[in-house]
Amino acid sequence: MEDPIAELRRVRTERLRWHSRRALLELDLVLQRFWQKQPEALAGEQAEVLERLLVMEDHDLWELLSGRQDAGDPVMQDMVVLLRQPAGSF
Amino acid sequence: MSVNVTVRKFDAVIVGAGGAGLRAAIQLSEAGLKTAVLTKVFPTRSHTVAAQGGVAASLGNSEEDHWHWHMYDTVKGSDWLGDQDAIEFMCRKANECVIELEHYGMPFDRTDNGRIYQRPFGGHMSNFGEKPVRRSCAAADRTGHAMLHAMYQRNIKVNTQFFIEWMALDLIRDAEGEVLGVIAMEMETGEIHAFHSKATILATGGSGRIYYSSTNAFINTGDGVGMAARAGIPLEDMEFWQFHPTGVAGAGVLITEGVRGEGGILRNAQGERFMERYAPNAKDLASRDVVSRAMVTEINEGRGCGPNKDYVLLDITHLPPETIMKRLPGIHEIAVQFAGVDALKDPIPVVPTCHYQMGGIPTNFKGQVVVPGRRTMNEEVPGLYAAGECACASVHGANRLGTNSLLDLLVFGKSAGETAVDELKKSPKPHKELPAGAFDKTLARLDRLNTQKNGTSVHETRLTMQRTMQKHAGVFRFNDLMKEGVQKILEVQKDVQQTEIKDKSKVFNTARIEALELDNLIEVAVATMVSAEARKESRGAHVRDDAPDTPEHPNGRDDTNWLKHSLWFKEGNRLEYKSVTLRPLTVDTIALKTRAY
Repeated sequence: MEDPIAELRRVRTERLRWHSRRALLELDLVLQRFWQKQPEALAGEQAEVLERLLVMEDHDLWELLSGRQDAGDPVMQDMVVLLRQPAGSF
Repeated sequence: MSVNVTVRKFDAVIVGAGGAGLRAAIQLSEAGLKTAVLTKVFPTRSHTVAAQGGVAASLGNSEEDHWHWHMYDTVKGSDWLGDQDAIEFMCRKANECVIELEHYGMPFDRTDNGRIYQRPFGGHMSNFGEKPVRRSCAAADRTGHAMLHAMYQRNIKVNTQFFIEWMALDLIRDAEGEVLGVIAMEMETGEIHAFHSKATILATGGSGRIYYSSTNAFINTGDGVGMAARAGIPLEDMEFWQFHPTGVAGAGVLITEGVRGEGGILRNAQGERFMERYAPNAKDLASRDVVSRAMVTEINEGRGCGPNKDYVLLDITHLPPETIMKRLPGIHEIAVQFAGVDALKDPIPVVPTCHYQMGGIPTNFKGQVVVPGRRTMNEEVPGLYAAGECACASVHGANRLGTNSLLDLLVFGKSAGETAVDELKKSPKPHKELPAGAFDKTLARLDRLNTQKNGTSVHETRLTMQRTMQKHAGVFRFNDLMKEGVQKILEVQKDVQQTEIKDKSKVFNTARIEALELDNLIEVAVATMVSAEARKESRGAHVRDDAPDTPEHPNGRDDTNWLKHSLWFKEGNRLEYKSVTLRPLTVDTIALKTRAY
């Protein structure tokens, strides 16, 4: 039988993966890059921070991810910095 | 496979919650009809958010303007392929729709005396093409976003029922051709439901993800267009796609034309400033189509850059860093994020990039889907409507004017809703019975995907499709390449029919969703390639190397043979043509002439 905790974590991750589909291409690309480096289910804290970012409006989220604004919260800003790491090339 | 399909009944079901879907829903819910809106993403995350330029309306708040002048500009922009009845309808309705939106709470920019501020936009002129006019109404640079918020809130007020994170899969159509709703999948559970309705409105937006380089968000997968094609509805004018010259290669994010305005230079693999050969005077500041054509020619002739020689370079390294950071602040960040280059030191890889779909599901100006029938070429499909970028009314014809896209979705979203309300009130009747086996084809498609062994990869197949479209049906088109492209895209179509997903789970299975999206994209891709290969002239955004500018055919346009709409049918992969409506509703025809700016 499946581990129910692991299954909950998987579903939470999959939901976040879908919530990474955005209205703006720029966000799609940045978030896609994150998911490509993240094949496993997200740990609880990381999932929570990402959830907080993904409920933001697209233009506001892009202000953070393009470096024009600071998230104003060290934990969220750490995640923003992680997301902003360029892949090298596409 | 045994699957339970829950049937839900609504008066109307709308697929898509971008601008067109939300506007249609307001009309239906305000009339007291039980209305469902299905959407893959939260409504205010629809791609309408990305529209910044504004919405065109001849309010005349800043200077004299008239809907007839707007109509003239739109017909000219369409290169005379737009239907003049629909264009008159749209331009006349513009003011009403913008003012309604203002009443819904849209925070338009204001003039000092409190009126809606209007700004000029390319192609919008006063007095039948005389001089630029201020016609665009905007809410800072977030017009689409503000519009969605205003309309979503209005829908909440009038009790529209939203089904968020639901993906519509297919139309339900009976033997008489009437559309009786849609079959959809709830992403959270993977369960299949039927939305049994008296009116169905497709408002799923554009399908720009068929191209390798596209400004469209990932959600723009042509779901409504694919659904229509599978239900036997032809697709109209799919060869016409608007491109921007400079998107970041492989990413699609736009590099504003202001970069070339500030002195940016396009270079090929040899480092040559190639625009000097194509436009000795204007060079890198030549018009969009001239620049795009030059870029494609360089790539096709082997002077592209990178391992696949499939892009050129936009060089700003000679500009002072302080100029770049001051005048082009976003460009440095875009280059770092999406090209992996520091634009102060290295040039940015760019390609012409797909932006907007002019063709789509054929409709009349009332938003009713129309198909060739026994009596005419425009017979209404009972119960089916379409609006916005997925539809072809056709107001944009062979090319679209800026700010007419938001107007299109407002006017035709409203019109489709209004017509559906009229039809339902004119002849009130219970829901027509669903035909036997109504869900069979959809369930078989899902079952095939769940049980496929030794199949193809969704990711690889989509990439092959996108590269094929980019190379063979891009911004500048070549006869041989398009012929080859038709064969190649039909091969890709076979691969799409064999896609395999490793993850068979039901809950939020994004792999399954992406496979189903690819089923829709491929319909759009095949329609585009086949329609483009067949149209032997150049017109608007469809520019062929073998249909050049000549005295007999200025700009390569051939009105004698090609002043007609393409209709691509999935069944038999065949084309038919229908005439362009040149007669407007009340005014004289805007007579054919050469399009020149």
